[in-house]
Amino acid sequence: MSDELDKMREQFKNLKPSQNSRDVGMSQAMAAFDAAFSENNSEVSQGLEAEDRPISQETGATPVLTLWSSLMKSVKNLFSLSPKTMMMAGSCTAALMAAVIFMPIMEFETTPPVKPAVPEPVVENPIPEQPPISGDTDRDAPKDLGALDAKKDEIRTSPQITVEAPPKVEPRVKPESNVEEVQPTAPIAATDSETRVVIKGSDASESSPQAVQDIIKNSQIETTSPIEPSSDASTPPGGNTSINDLLGNAQKDTSKTQEGNIQIESETRQKRNEANDTIIVTGSRVREMQVSNAPELSFSQPIVAEASIASDSVYIQPPQVPDRFSARNNDKFEGFEPNPITSVRETPVSTFSIDVDTASYSFLRASLNRGQVPPPESIRVEEMINYFSYDYDAPTSAKEPFKANVTVTPTPWNADTKLMHIGIKGYVPPVEEASESNIVLLIDTSGSMRAQNKLPLLISSFKLLLDTLDENDTVSIVTYAGRAGTALEPTPASEKAQIIAALENLRSGGSTAGAAGLELAYQKATESFKEDGINRVILATDGDFNVGFSSPQEMKTYISKKRQSGIFLSVLGFGQGNYNDHLMQSLAQNGNGIAAYIDTLSEANKVLANEARSALQMIAKDVKIQVEFNPATISEYRLIGYETRALNREDFNNDAVDAGDIGSGHTVTAIYELTPVGSPAQVIDDLRYASGTIDEVASDSDEYAFIKIRHKLPDSDTSRLQTFPISEAQETRFNRTDEDVRFASAVAAFGQKLRGDVHLTDYDYEEIIALAERSKGADKEGYRAEFIRLAEMAKALEQ
Amino acid sequence: MSYSESDKGLAARASKGDAAAFRLLLERYYDSVFRVAYGVLRDQTEAEDVTQEIWAAMPQKLKNWRGEAKLSTWLYRIAVNAAKDALRKKATRNRIKQSYAELQDLSRGEIADTKSRLNWLQTALDNLSEDLRDTAALTLGEEMNFAQAGEVLGVAEGTIAWRMSEIRKQLKALAQGDDGDRKAALL
Repeated sequence: MSDELDKMREQFKNLKPSQNSRDVGMSQAMAAFDAAFSENNSEVSQGLEAEDRPISQETGATPVLTLWSSLMKSVKNLFSLSPKTMMMAGSCTAALMAAVIFMPIMEFETTPPVKPAVPEPVVENPIPEQPPISGDTDRDAPKDLGALDAKKDEIRTSPQITVEAPPKVEPRVKPESNVEEVQPTAPIAATDSETRVVIKGSDASESSPQAVQDIIKNSQIETTSPIEPSSDASTPPGGNTSINDLLGNAQKDTSKTQEGNIQIESETRQKRNEANDTIIVTGSRVREMQVSNAPELSFSQPIVAEASIASDSVYIQPPQVPDRFSARNNDKFEGFEPNPITSVRETPVSTFSIDVDTASYSFLRASLNRGQVPPPESIRVEEMINYFSYDYDAPTSAKEPFKANVTVTPTPWNADTKLMHIGIKGYVPPVEEASESNIVLLIDTSGSMRAQNKLPLLISSFKLLLDTLDENDTVSIVTYAGRAGTALEPTPASEKAQIIAALENLRSGGSTAGAAGLELAYQKATESFKEDGINRVILATDGDFNVGFSSPQEMKTYISKKRQSGIFLSVLGFGQGNYNDHLMQSLAQNGNGIAAYIDTLSEANKVLANEARSALQMIAKDVKIQVEFNPATISEYRLIGYETRALNREDFNNDAVDAGDIGSGHTVTAIYELTPVGSPAQVIDDLRYASGTIDEVASDSDEYAFIKIRHKLPDSDTSRLQTFPISEAQETRFNRTDEDVRFASAVAAFGQKLRGDVHLTDYDYEEIIALAERSKGADKEGYRAEFIRLAEMAKALEQ
Repeated sequence: MSYSESDKGLAARASKGDAAAFRLLLERYYDSVFRVAYGVLRDQTEAEDVTQEIWAAMPQKLKNWRGEAKLSTWLYRIAVNAAKDALRKKATRNRIKQSYAELQDLSRGEIADTKSRLNWLQTALDNLSEDLRDTAALTLGEEMNFAQAGEVLGVAEGTIAWRMSEIRKQLKALAQGDDGDRKAALL
């Protein structure tokens, strides 16, 4: 009985306004405050009781409302349409705008960042000479309607949806659109249309076909339910749930989409004669090359909307919808293509920076635990491999900060190739050598951190970190939310009670002034700077830095500058829905730190307590690996993972180029898949004309490859070089190698499988699980058992 | 630490024009006001709108704040009244705002998990009468005691106690499926 009350109490606690609405409300209130207390404006009434809500306030509504009403006004002025028609047009506009506002939700950032698209005014030729069926929004559009079926692929190139307003819509109808037809190039336009609204994708080549498809699908779902002329505006908008499904299904369903379109075609044709208004959604012109690929989720640009009303004179560009407008499921990942198979003859040298981050694995785990297959962009295979610690041979003195162990084995998923395993282990200094730490916790206390898996988890996590520190270490706490504040001045870590009290006093609320927080944190770190120790700011956030720095670039520059002064930055990500992986990664990379994603207390324990020393104490920095392959023995290679860490060949010897760092005891693993010369697995044909010479040069060597590793000692700016030739001597049978190498291979296979790599088409989850089972080893902490569980979940989800 | 300053002190400073103090009050109470408004309105978007309105009007009201009641009591009273006003006006809202509300609802993409999490609450609240809803919002959502809630709502402590037992009864009925339809709605 009281269960119910408790349930209600708990659910009340979970209630909160959307971040956007809160931000708007707060800035509105602050503006009202300024107005109220400046003498001139003492009469300003904000209207609460009997009046309508003031529209003049700067609310999130304003731009949209202004757009809407000016749009309507223009239509009216130009055509003096009947109010009914206006309403229909309005409803459709609203629906389309809704679709457009949705776009940022599906936004994944690609690199490099794209310049804002310049929208082109759409010049429409409205009233005259519209052929009855084939429209002409696109000048060079072929008019062949029958080719619809055959053009499924092209649909994604330049899809145009003709959305027809439902006939006889009552003015009160909610924004609803009826997808009439999807057609590659020649849209079917209504015959006697006078009003049309065109939403047109930007012309930037990065715009995604996917986005347009999603619009298509979204609209379709609405079509399937019969349109009630008087559908009440209070019914929940159908798009709301369907979009969620779309996100999940977008990839698989493309073909179905088009079938659906064809099915509804005949039905909608009948309606065509009755309709007065047409809305055309035009996809962007997308670069051909991208389109021919498999479904792509990575696109960077919200489709920019333009509304054009049947005349070249009216053209309204809605405001850029801010990213945060969609408060949830806004996780961002840097898009990348998996490394391709590369021909040794053409590109014998492969260069990359090491990566000790593990965030990708934790994120994946959180996703799978919620029953969702993580998006391919979120998977960085190297971070999955490096999540696990491997018992590689360690160096014996700090002079040699790490040791590389190279093994060549057959590839479990391909009998005709080999895996080259580079395992690096960092030096572990004896305990007394461990340096003193000066740690500034920079904690995001913005409203979005309220959830149980964020601030409360964060507080518990830092208590674990605290246990690893002693009186020689200093801890400070800086918070940021509406404004930055110091929650704890630099305090010796032995004053545990005081630090814990400060942690527990943290409350969430307000927006996120990340920049001010960062500055304050660096200021505190400088105050208690330890000359010979570790000086590090640990940023804990769910990923929103929305106030302060004008661009991520500016923030990165700031952090790099601080890095040079000896204060490093690590980033801990919390929560899902708002997590900005891309930003977190690049912050940590620029700050010489690690980026980890904390989803559970045991993960916090791993990152902060067990590995605190290695994460805190860097033993080598800017570690780069360059591998030169011998074309006499190896014909092709492929680096598994490290896509986001690729370096140019010349960067290897350039000490000014930043790269990843190794903490004490860290293990870093990189795996290459190699195709030996003469193997049937070779996919790139030999050249007819350019083969001879290279062979002759290298033919006296039967080495596979030559590995070069550069690093700098923590206090040095000059790099040191280590080299190892790799030959048959390092090669062993797969089952003879140690468990670590085999387990790493299983993780690599799992990551690629999740990413949907073609190289593993014939290797299924069961084999991965079996491989991991066989190579689990002692697994004291249970991480490997957890991996197997996750692989089983992925297997179940993907079936 | 800024968190420790009392409501009263902050309100006094804010009523004299201290923007920083007002900002702190905002941060401290913004979500609370929202929750109370939600309790009355049972609609995320409406509650968000009303919360914005309440806070936009707050500076003017704060000017006349004399510190007679506790700040939280005063704030919640404003919130309950504004939310009830909004509830009455709901039916006569003009159309543009309605389509806008839908747009915004869409655009916020409040995705399934929040929705389903709140669904129970919304259904439960739907089954309570208006008086019981605001009482529930204050006692359960804001953990006020009966006396404080009574002060906000302008009723006696005993009334709140009675209402709580009503709430308990109705929720229990709901859970036990006395009313088949309601149960179906919950499942």
